[in-house]
Amino acid sequence: MTSRMMTTVKAGRPTRRKALKLGVASALLPLVHIRTGRAAGKLSIGFWDHWVPTGNAVMQKQVEAWGQKNQVEVQADFITSNGNKNLLTIAAEAQAKTGHDVFAFPTWEIHNNVDNLEPMDDVMKELTGKYGSVNHVCEYLAKIKGHWMAVPTSSGTQYKGPCGRISLLKDPGGIDVQAMYPAKAEHTALSDKWTWDAHQAAAEACKKIGKPFGIGLGTTSDSVDCIGTLFAAFGAELVDKDGNITVKSDKVKQVLEFGQKMVKVLPDDAVSYDDASNNRALISGQSALIWNPPSAWAVAKRDAPQVAADSWSFPAPIGPAGRFEPYLPYFWGLWNFSKNKPAAKELIVYLMQRDNVQARCNEVAGYDVPPFDSMLDFKIWEEVEPPKGTVYNYPLRPFHKATPHIAALPAPPDIAVQIYNRGTMPTMLAKLKSGQSIDQVISWANDELEGFTR
Amino acid sequence: MADGASIPIDLMKPAGPTGRSTMRRFAQRRSTIGFLLCLPLILLVAGFVIYPAFYAIYLSMLNKKMTAFVGLGNFEFLLKRHTFQLVIFQSCLFAITAVVLKALIGFVLAHLMHNIPGKNQRIWRGLLLVPWVIPLALSTLTWWWMFDPSYSAFNWVLNQFGIANVPWLGVGWIARFCTITVNVWYGTPFFMIMYLAALKSVPDQLYEAAAIDGAGAMQKLFFVTLPMMRNIIAITVLFSLIVTFADFDIVRILTSGGPQDMTHVFATYAFQIGIQSGDIPLGAADSLFMFPILAFAAFFVLRGVTKRTQEIAA
Repeated sequence: MTSRMMTTVKAGRPTRRKALKLGVASALLPLVHIRTGRAAGKLSIGFWDHWVPTGNAVMQKQVEAWGQKNQVEVQADFITSNGNKNLLTIAAEAQAKTGHDVFAFPTWEIHNNVDNLEPMDDVMKELTGKYGSVNHVCEYLAKIKGHWMAVPTSSGTQYKGPCGRISLLKDPGGIDVQAMYPAKAEHTALSDKWTWDAHQAAAEACKKIGKPFGIGLGTTSDSVDCIGTLFAAFGAELVDKDGNITVKSDKVKQVLEFGQKMVKVLPDDAVSYDDASNNRALISGQSALIWNPPSAWAVAKRDAPQVAADSWSFPAPIGPAGRFEPYLPYFWGLWNFSKNKPAAKELIVYLMQRDNVQARCNEVAGYDVPPFDSMLDFKIWEEVEPPKGTVYNYPLRPFHKATPHIAALPAPPDIAVQIYNRGTMPTMLAKLKSGQSIDQVISWANDELEGFTR
Repeated sequence: MADGASIPIDLMKPAGPTGRSTMRRFAQRRSTIGFLLCLPLILLVAGFVIYPAFYAIYLSMLNKKMTAFVGLGNFEFLLKRHTFQLVIFQSCLFAITAVVLKALIGFVLAHLMHNIPGKNQRIWRGLLLVPWVIPLALSTLTWWWMFDPSYSAFNWVLNQFGIANVPWLGVGWIARFCTITVNVWYGTPFFMIMYLAALKSVPDQLYEAAAIDGAGAMQKLFFVTLPMMRNIIAITVLFSLIVTFADFDIVRILTSGGPQDMTHVFATYAFQIGIQSGDIPLGAADSLFMFPILAFAAFFVLRGVTKRTQEIAA
């Protein structure tokens, strides 16, 4: 066919009409989609480097499958959050206006980089239309001025409720966690009695036998998340949603009065805890309870199987203002300097399909929590063992009657990020532990907050 | 001929067109060749030192969103914050204490080393340099394991003698002591090796002359050794002061600035507010606070060095 056409062209005399036809055909050529190898261009993504090594492999597999199907050359990089490498990369790419097309943004980074991000309303419309809405923490962190600036993802998203030793909490703690939160969709009367006072009583009892609750008062996220939840449970806001400093309130005094009792039963070295200290405290058998995702349990399963077999994850205790659970979502954001935005959005939609989310969740033993409530019925949380059902209550579901929370909410995010990263709330308790009075602590916090609200 | 003046080459050749010969002469100058050979380094310094420095100054004068110029507003704001005042105090305490200790211990070690004869000196010199050649982040992690809140090796040893645990990183002053200790451990070999080199360059005749005049060991130290080493001591102290003021790894790994901000130094605080809290201009302003302090120190130290060099030359 080709040779015949060429012959025809060769045979014909060049005329004005032929020249016109050729011109029109040439002009229209770019409008015709020619599908060749890698026709839809290139795409690079900076994923969060998963704690569970197989978490990266399954992601890579899914990305490659999509790339092959859509003829897009996808480069997936897995960037660790150790040493804040991911934050440094985000800052560098934002400054240079070049780098990956899509990046995995932790909690506060959407607000920090909103001016460099592409709105994702269309992607969110498609996903929420199919899977239902996401929780208010995701909205608080990624929906800015009415626009979704990133897509909440499951990869890296975690709850940080208590993970306790079944035997120690029963005796001497006086709490039967498996009866309180069984591995089935059921709200129990016992769970209504799981209050911060009950938490305190159990902590006191466990401290007496040398197994204190491994709660830190450092400035890293595990300490901040746990103590932030305590403040929320007492309704104690340091800054309100309008940006007013509200630290000199009765509720803050109330939580600090509770804190004065609480700090006495925490480990002696609680103020120097980092995000690994609580894990080690549980795994080594020195602690009866920590606040952490199941990563500590997963390491215990490998290094201290008897500890893992005696561990149970369950929601946070309830306080005067409600039951709040630390929640840290990750987001996939698209830089507005990306050169392949349509493909990036397509890939995000693909990766957030139920089957893909479930495959990734299974691979990491249920560590990743999907942002959509409709996906909280994966079997993995029932199946993981030992003991069977240990992480069943790890992701919050409606029957838990608890609210996902991030420390410093509802303060405006540009203030909240500073409260969070400077560890203001755990530092307030650390000051109580060092012997300062409630008034001194409030005065210090007020001075700090004035700096954050500039 | 290394003064950059032109060298007459091919004087016997007939001069070509004026433009070409001028260019050729320019290209054949030693100063031009020297400049061209240095150019890669100049470009590296410009790209990785000068540009970032000016960019940091520019950033420090922007608002949080980096959309408006605020002049010295960030500096003014920082100076009013209690936490930042604490950071200034700690940075000075950390750097000055660590440098003084490193200088003293390095001086003693250099003298001890100087008096070890032959091969043995090389072995000891190599061994004592080990802390300085191990990557700092790695060695600090090892220190952190020894200070670790829950499983401190030091506490284990103390427990063997019936002494209670010490919260090494959990109490402000003890944590400060720990960070300074690690810095001294790491930096002392540098002082030792510099002082050792200086000691070896002091002519033996001076000691012999002093001995003939009846000088004792202390008099030799104060009237021969120290005056001969003053320039090296000054430059080593200045260099170490700069590096110690800018230290990040030790504090970041050991305490992250805690407990209760009592170990933050300029660099760790800048990282926390700039990168972690998303306020890059404020972080840049924080890190630039080191500049006037170090410039002040550098001015006086280098002036002293120049003055002494001129005295020796005269």
